[in-house]
Amino acid sequence: MIVSRVLAGRSPLARLALLVVGLVVAFGLPWWIYPPVALDVAAWALFAVALDLLLGYTGLLSFGHAAFWGTSAYATGVIAVRTGMPFYVAVLGGAVLAAVLAVPIALLSVRRTGIYFAMVTLAFAQLVYFVANQWRSMTGGENGLQGIPREAFGMDLSDSFYFYYAAIPLILIGLFVAWRVVHSPFGRVMVAIRENPARARALGYPVDRYKVQVFVISAFLAGIAGGVYAISHGFASLQEVYWTTSGKVVVMNILGGMGTLWGPVLGAGIIVVLEDYLATAGIDAVNVVTGAIFVLTVLVFRRGIWGTARHLLRRRVRAAPDPTAAEAADDARSAAVVR
Amino acid sequence: MSELVQQLFNGLVSGSFYALLALGLSVIFGMLGVVNFAHGAFYMLGAFGAFVLLDSAGLSWRLALVIVPVALGIIGMVFERLLVARLVRLDPLYNFLLTFGVALILQDVVRLKYGVQSQPFARPTLLDGTVSLGLFDWPKYQVFVFAFSVVVSVLVWLVLARTRVGMIVRASTERPELTRALGIDVRRWVTPVFGFGIALAGLAGVLAAPMRAVNANMGADLIIVIFAVVVIGGLGSVFGSVTAGYLVGMLTAVGNLYVPAFSQSLVFVLMALVLLLRPAGLFGREEGVRT
Repeated sequence: MIVSRVLAGRSPLARLALLVVGLVVAFGLPWWIYPPVALDVAAWALFAVALDLLLGYTGLLSFGHAAFWGTSAYATGVIAVRTGMPFYVAVLGGAVLAAVLAVPIALLSVRRTGIYFAMVTLAFAQLVYFVANQWRSMTGGENGLQGIPREAFGMDLSDSFYFYYAAIPLILIGLFVAWRVVHSPFGRVMVAIRENPARARALGYPVDRYKVQVFVISAFLAGIAGGVYAISHGFASLQEVYWTTSGKVVVMNILGGMGTLWGPVLGAGIIVVLEDYLATAGIDAVNVVTGAIFVLTVLVFRRGIWGTARHLLRRRVRAAPDPTAAEAADDARSAAVVR
Repeated sequence: MSELVQQLFNGLVSGSFYALLALGLSVIFGMLGVVNFAHGAFYMLGAFGAFVLLDSAGLSWRLALVIVPVALGIIGMVFERLLVARLVRLDPLYNFLLTFGVALILQDVVRLKYGVQSQPFARPTLLDGTVSLGLFDWPKYQVFVFAFSVVVSVLVWLVLARTRVGMIVRASTERPELTRALGIDVRRWVTPVFGFGIALAGLAGVLAAPMRAVNANMGADLIIVIFAVVVIGGLGSVFGSVTAGYLVGMLTAVGNLYVPAFSQSLVFVLMALVLLLRPAGLFGREEGVRT
């Protein structure tokens, strides 16, 4: 019962418990796994959550989010290399640039919906990829941008363990922003657009403007994640803007469960740790594994891990004799949001 | 000037591949409402099919031109029955993701077996050399590719526009329920049409083998260009996809001449312009007709 309440995210106590668990994991992670991998998990988690704002909550599949992650990775790197400013400033600068880039892309992309939206965002991301490839003086082309410093107020951050703790606040703030957006009146409109765009429009909401706003917020958060990733690796490469990166963040969402916020975090953790495991085990078939996860999840597991767990537990709650519990379960998500 | 003509011709040749791939993608989309992300991977399999037939069975490229598309068409039909059909009633995004996963798997499997370097493929001797047409000597093979793609596109268009089968397919595309109500078993046509679209991708792959680098990733970036092509032409519009294919080919080739650094980006700029001015695509109809 406790577990089901936790996963359903209904009772305030349960949500608090979940938050505590989340924070413990966030701060304990580098003790349990290799610190650079821990920071990869954190960065990808924020990236995945950023996409979830669009995919899970607004019902728009952006297949080109690598454009924002990658743009910020490069921009963060360039700022850090050329000005030597604290990496917080560099990451913020990268994220702002990603958000600025998102404005024209969003304005054009929202002219199409559904499957077209996915194709169009993918195509724009490929444009960004070509530009990054050609603009060698800025991005280093195929060599990538190397030697990005970890600089912040004279602290010694060369050890990834300490850098993790220096960087994790940025990630957590990003996650908090995503949570705030979803649990706000604005977030309610996002869900309304997902459920029924025509009705949302009929109710007087400028649907396209909302979509653009969500897109820009999402790009900004993806930018924070990409910037932290670049600083952590000291390196930004074309891989960051390539479409496989866009695909990877989508699979994290689908696997974890889109539209749940916690799900994408979980999905990011699983994918990053799995890839790290495959790499260390010398198994050179990462894409076969990623592809298989895609196929299997889409075929048999569309709610994702978090979504499935929540669904199953809610069914159990509903089966319980308490009628109020059943009633609450029916509209659990909206109830949680209203509160 | 002569350079420009040469480049335009090269553009038509690369446009031939765009056209064949966009055609298959469009036909599949029209019938099933599925955007097949694995289309580029099937194109790659087509080229590898020709390579394997020649390399290990000694079968000529001409035979491959027949065998490979048929084989891939059958594989496509099995793929549709086993996987795509399960998701076809749901949001089309699920099939987009499914085929994306399949594309990753196919590419990686081929990469693991053959590595990333390109496989050598000799040009068929019959089509070696040049042919003199008009002012220039053109490479025979390129002329063949262009002519072949035009013939295939026209044939497909004729079948769709003039035959009973084509009529059924078009009707099923436009109003599946109504077509069914008229006593036509729409589902019967779904699998063959999907297989046909995949066969076209395989055909493009076989055509590409003698003139393009045959490697596991040859379809990976191409598929995104094809997406841009069908957005430009109007997805589901056969005429639009093919025309946009040749158009994008020529645009990229001319770009190669004047702005070589940005030639690959031009297709996406054109896509942005089309979205701005005519969101449904140059030859597409407004959205909302079909939901």
